[in-house]
Amino acid sequence: MSDIAISIERLSKFYQLGTIGNRTLYQDLNRAWARLRGRPDPILKIGERGGDGEGLWALRDVDFKIKQGEVLGIIGRNGAGKSTLLKILSRVTGPTSGAVKVRGRLASLLEVGTGFHPDLTGRENIYLNGAILGMTRGEVRRKFDAIVAFADVEKFIDTPVKRYSSGMYVRLAFAVAAHLDPEILVIDEVLAVGDQAFQEKCLGKMGEISREGRTVLFVSHNLQSVWSLCPNSIWLDRGTLRAAGSSSEIIDQYRASFSAQAGVALDQVSRSGSGRVRITGMRFENAGEDGGTSVPCGKGFDVVLDYAAGADVDLSQLEAYLHVSNDRQVRLFTLSNVFTRDRFGALAPSGSLRCRVDELPLIPGEYDITVSVRLGIEPVDKFNSPLRLMVVEGKYLEGHQAFDRTWGTLLVKHKWAAEVPSAAR
Amino acid sequence: MTSAKMPDTPAAPDREPWSLVIRPRRGWFEFNLDELWRYRDLIVLFVWRDFVAQYKQTILGPLWYIIQPLLMSLTFTVVFGRLAGMSTDGVNDFLFYMAGTVVWSYFAACLTKTANTFTGNVAIFGKVYFPRLIVPVSVLISNLIAFALQLALFFAFLIYFVASGAEVRPNAWLLSLPLLVLLMAALGLGIGIIVSSLTTRYRDLQFLVTFGTQLLMFATPVIYPLSSVPDKYRWLAVANPMTPVIETFRYAFLGNGTFDLTHLAYSGGAAAFVLLVGILIFNRVEQTFMDTV
Repeated sequence: MSDIAISIERLSKFYQLGTIGNRTLYQDLNRAWARLRGRPDPILKIGERGGDGEGLWALRDVDFKIKQGEVLGIIGRNGAGKSTLLKILSRVTGPTSGAVKVRGRLASLLEVGTGFHPDLTGRENIYLNGAILGMTRGEVRRKFDAIVAFADVEKFIDTPVKRYSSGMYVRLAFAVAAHLDPEILVIDEVLAVGDQAFQEKCLGKMGEISREGRTVLFVSHNLQSVWSLCPNSIWLDRGTLRAAGSSSEIIDQYRASFSAQAGVALDQVSRSGSGRVRITGMRFENAGEDGGTSVPCGKGFDVVLDYAAGADVDLSQLEAYLHVSNDRQVRLFTLSNVFTRDRFGALAPSGSLRCRVDELPLIPGEYDITVSVRLGIEPVDKFNSPLRLMVVEGKYLEGHQAFDRTWGTLLVKHKWAAEVPSAAR
Repeated sequence: MTSAKMPDTPAAPDREPWSLVIRPRRGWFEFNLDELWRYRDLIVLFVWRDFVAQYKQTILGPLWYIIQPLLMSLTFTVVFGRLAGMSTDGVNDFLFYMAGTVVWSYFAACLTKTANTFTGNVAIFGKVYFPRLIVPVSVLISNLIAFALQLALFFAFLIYFVASGAEVRPNAWLLSLPLLVLLMAALGLGIGIIVSSLTTRYRDLQFLVTFGTQLLMFATPVIYPLSSVPDKYRWLAVANPMTPVIETFRYAFLGNGTFDLTHLAYSGGAAAFVLLVGILIFNRVEQTFMDTV
């Protein structure tokens, strides 16, 4: 229909890995010569035949349409192709094949404050940044007062931005972006920045924009904000469109996928270590009500590791480590039988190890668990592909339940009481 | 076929065309020149930013634009004119060197500053789209401001020397100045954007360009007149498209030098060619450079 704002048609993006930037002029000339003689463009073929460079399809045949006035969320794990899609829509990079057709003025915000010059004043930077984002000087002039008021920097508007506090800087940057008046807006969630009050203001502004009947594409890790801002969502998974529909449906499916994929496909992971003991399987057990990997916060779960070793390997010194990180790759804590002084006793050459966590003090979100195994001081097995853990809301602490990052990552059990002043005693 | 995707579309609303279609690769000859015009405010702001930001927190500010060529001309006068005693075709040596320096520095600035268009702006280019050609074009214009200031200084000296009876004869070819500026801008931009496109792959060029521009100055009759080049090598000097530009400039302002319309026409052809090739390569590279830079 005519009310399609964006039509994405069989969009694919191929990234060549490893060899980029290392090619010599000689190789390139050779290749160009080959092409001149009528051989087909080799770049596209490289990944497929695994020739002189490994490749990755960041997006593969993604096909969907967005109606005018629709507010669409895009969710998916790290590396699912969300950022690549954003970059193509922003025209920062081009697709490998397929097309995107857009009707209306499109603005995309991958970052706030792009092109801010530290030596220029707030006023000067508003004009400069506005122009970079595609506004004319007239447009900026008209919105100038609103931008300054939104950013709350009236007093410092003629001060160079390098003298701004980081909070002021970010507020000003977001304010310019927020006053861009496009028909279609593509936003990355990381834009909601600054202190908590300002974050709420940012999300509020995004909600306002979407209620004005504009088309919005909202990319986010945070399922909560997708759910509250976007009626519909699509789910990208390893470069393909996995599902599309109402946000609550898609988010449920997305969450469920964490239980379905409770184990790690160990044959695909890159690993290091001497290999005298191998982890052959890794999975969750006894987690959540559905037996999957969605663990309500404060509830427990088991991680089971299957291992195999040569018959002559002495396993009495076996040490297992489970490292838990958040989705920004910050390691939060490690679980190990060394810390708990649990000995495994005489282990069979192959079998399983079980680690029981009784209470998980993490706020809702996605976490990664990686494993490493040592025999005394010898690292025997370690791999980088993590087991994904999804923590959902639960009643760990009696009071407040809707925790997000602004409250920190960990929930600690504690008590409060009133103290009688010592003078009154 | 992608076009078969909307067969159920009623004819009337579909006539509203797509305002933007993003495809894998534009053809070699597909340019969005109208887009460049739509973003003209950005060009103005970039020029203004370069001008304002460059001399913030300096005491002398824009005076630096004038000090540089002045000291350069003085140095050349002392070293090449007085110490080495090189020929200046009988013209006052200070004016001779200043003419060469002012003209050359505009060309050199255009070349070296457009040559890092891609590598120097990754942070912005990676986050926002605007026609990438905006950046080199704004560089040309902001350097034009510096050039105008330096030219004014040169004029001041010229008037002073004419008034004090020096052997200089400015003539009607002064009117060719805009053409000469255009030639330099086209040559500088053309070479600059070719280099910037290639540096996304081969970083070596970045080092070569600063150094190469300095060497090129000695291969161009900046500090010596074309007439002092032995006849055997004259063709080599004339093959350099900057040679006719500088010689014409000096002919117009000082009344000496080799002036030859065919040389100038050759220079124009070379500039047009370099610029065309530059824009073609630039247009090609700007679509994918984020993946290789």
